[in-house]
Amino acid sequence: MAGSDTDVRASADGGAPDTVKILIAGGFGVGKTTMVGSVSEIRPLRTEEPLTMAGLDVDDLDGVEEKRVTTVAMDFGRITVSDDLVLYLFGTPGQQRFWFMWNDLAHGALGAVVLVDVRRPKSSFAAIDFFERRGIPFVVAVNGFHGEHPYPVEDIREALTLPAEVPVLLCDARERESSRDVLIALIDLLIAQAAAAAG
Amino acid sequence: MGGSDPSGRLVRPFTLTGGRTRPSRADFTLITTVTAADPQPETAARPQPEHLRILRLCARPMAVAELAARLDLPVSVVVIMLCDLLEAGRITVRPPRPVTTPDPDLLQKVREGLGRL
Repeated sequence: MAGSDTDVRASADGGAPDTVKILIAGGFGVGKTTMVGSVSEIRPLRTEEPLTMAGLDVDDLDGVEEKRVTTVAMDFGRITVSDDLVLYLFGTPGQQRFWFMWNDLAHGALGAVVLVDVRRPKSSFAAIDFFERRGIPFVVAVNGFHGEHPYPVEDIREALTLPAEVPVLLCDARERESSRDVLIALIDLLIAQAAAAAG
Repeated sequence: MGGSDPSGRLVRPFTLTGGRTRPSRADFTLITTVTAADPQPETAARPQPEHLRILRLCARPMAVAELAARLDLPVSVVVIMLCDLLEAGRITVRPPRPVTTPDPDLLQKVREGLGRL
């Protein structure tokens, strides 16, 4: 035993790869899990966290049977970038009432992809707002319905009032290459930001 | 895999953690990598069945989120069991790569990896 006070960092394992993560965000049903699945080397996995719904009066005996636990599901995938580096992609919970979980998820993320449904772009407003407020780098990827894109990028940028420095791409989340290119656009943004920060 | 009958679980998740619901170590993030210690420490206490399942899964390095998904347990429950295993010296843990200051080499590596997809 190398000391009783086992510290996580002190016990870091030399054989394990480094890990980084990117969030795939956007409104409910916009295709987040589809995008995760199209580039992941594993079928997307799901974790579920039980949440006791707030607002229940514990003293109310009539309410005991009503007390229910809901779960927040998160789908994620994995891309082995190299022998010693693994990228995880996390789809954020789409329902707004679960957004408090986003803070945990966003912590330590390289950046985010905000998926936008071309038929209802405003459903991704809140996700854009979330990353803007926290200064988390993101790109906007417009997921075409059946891969079709009736609107040019500039129309969508205008509809979402996105500043010029936020890249906007058209994509088909079902296609591996298309999803990959979105991720590469995010990394290119991060590289550019790192270069700018370095002066 | 087998045994995943949804009604077949005989113990509720939180009974697996001795009633504790708060992890003692906040260091376990979703992408913290866990590896079973090899060899395992020779202690008297035999790991519980759920602990043994974790040890089998992380014979090779595995992220916390992935462990939870494969165990079909909430991350919060798995983290508590991981704390026990860490304290018992049965696992080693690698925290995620810090990204507070963007590392151009890391980003380049990710970009190259994505390019090979």
